[in-house]
Amino acid sequence: MARMKFLCDAERCIECNACVTACKNEHEVPWGINRRRVVTIKDGEPGERSISMACMHCTDAPCAAVCPVDCFYTTADGVVLHSKDLCIGCGYCFYACPFGAPQYPQTSNFGSRGKMDKCTFCAGGPEDDITPVEYQKYGSNRLAEGKLPLCAEMCSTKALLAGDGDIIAAIYKERVVKRGYGTGAWGWSVAYKDSSAA
Amino acid sequence: MTNRLTRLAAAGLLALPLLAGGPAFAQGAGPVGQTPSGQQPQNISEQEVQLFQQLQGNVAGRVSIPDAKASLLIQPEGKSWRDFQREELKLIGGIAIFGILAVLAIFFATRGRIKIEGGPAGRTITRFNGLERFAHWLTASCFIVLGLSGLNIAFGRALLLPVIGPEAFTAVSQAGKYAHNYLSFPFTLGVVLMFLLWAKDNIPNKLDIDWLKAGGGLVGKGHAHAHRFNGGQKMIFWSTVLGGGAIAATGYFLMFPFTVTDMAGMQLAHIVHAVLGVLLIAMILAHIYIGSVGMEGAFAAMGSGEVDLNWARAHHDLWVQDMMGTRHEGRGHPVAAE
Repeated sequence: MARMKFLCDAERCIECNACVTACKNEHEVPWGINRRRVVTIKDGEPGERSISMACMHCTDAPCAAVCPVDCFYTTADGVVLHSKDLCIGCGYCFYACPFGAPQYPQTSNFGSRGKMDKCTFCAGGPEDDITPVEYQKYGSNRLAEGKLPLCAEMCSTKALLAGDGDIIAAIYKERVVKRGYGTGAWGWSVAYKDSSAA
Repeated sequence: MTNRLTRLAAAGLLALPLLAGGPAFAQGAGPVGQTPSGQQPQNISEQEVQLFQQLQGNVAGRVSIPDAKASLLIQPEGKSWRDFQREELKLIGGIAIFGILAVLAIFFATRGRIKIEGGPAGRTITRFNGLERFAHWLTASCFIVLGLSGLNIAFGRALLLPVIGPEAFTAVSQAGKYAHNYLSFPFTLGVVLMFLLWAKDNIPNKLDIDWLKAGGGLVGKGHAHAHRFNGGQKMIFWSTVLGGGAIAATGYFLMFPFTVTDMAGMQLAHIVHAVLGVLLIAMILAHIYIGSVGMEGAFAAMGSGEVDLNWARAHHDLWVQDMMGTRHEGRGHPVAAE
């Protein structure tokens, strides 16, 4: 099976936020929830870079390790998903996540967290594939339809790549060789470092 | 050439190897960029190295959505926090709680139930009035639920989840989360009440050192003199007030996330909350032991509020003297505890 990953080429990202909009629209994400976001570092300074970031679907995912109710699971494609039926909205995954991926609707007492929501790599959740109940809880399941995540699919500069980790790494490698530079695959060393040994 | 390209590609792809291979990469790479200041030509790859050096810590920037937390791009500390959850907390909690249970079991097996010396006198003296007992039991009942729901969050996944299954465990944990949130308020009130009621009797003095030297009457022979609270009770009191206060404060940080602190502060608040929590649970287990099965006559102090005179004379001789003045033959309830 493929090992699905995201890769954001910071040399290409123009901070248009189309990926953010596409994600919100595709999954009917509620107000205040951002499964994907674009962060600009060194804004207005030399070396400015924009990076589109969402759940990186880590190997040995920190969120899954700290979840008190063990609601996370990793699919055969290496996508990290979770069950909203089991989640209790404790917020631990947000403290553990290196990428700020988990999001919480404020529905609980004291305005605290409801059940966690995050990027699913457009792969839905534990419900049956492409069902209304799955869509309502987790958004659309493009992977089950044979499609890749919409954010990357509609990226105008093809900065954001999504798919089999080996293939997108090869594409990025080719770019770096051709243009002679690149700022690296953002987040990969944090998300997949443990996997290099395995 | 092939070697150079391979290294170039590998360095561009993987962040950490680039750091190690940085200088070689910088010399080998062709394109050279000018810095705006024009002082010296700076290789673009050197800028990259600088960017990757930022990767070693938190990388934050500007984000267009109105959520300050979202501007934190990468925080590798999350993995350290995960490791604390996975290893240190389990170790500290396991040692503290199973350790104290083992110590109490050994103590009970060797010493047995500590009897009142000379047997019960049959006459009683008021030790705690209604308000004091209310403050104690308010704190105690909240603490039991808070402790159990907290232990469930920390260790339930390993201990309870395999037994009752994921759906039931989520139901228990969800209820526990609400209970943990709501009961924090009466718990805090109880701690404040106890502080106001008992702080004046819990100021450490020289007698506490004698109490420690005498082994607290637990391991050694005989009793040290004590006023209303002996050295051990003072330790329990200050642990509860200061430890409980710190647990409450960090708990409110966690309940209203990111209102007063940032990501590192939230992680630290959780670590302090969890470590103090298991330590206080371990201490309270010992407190429960000595106040119930461990010692004859002790429970009455917080039960009816009336303790046997012989028990009081053995453990709090100076307090009994204060209460009864010089009239050692006082009857019934001579003076209210206050």
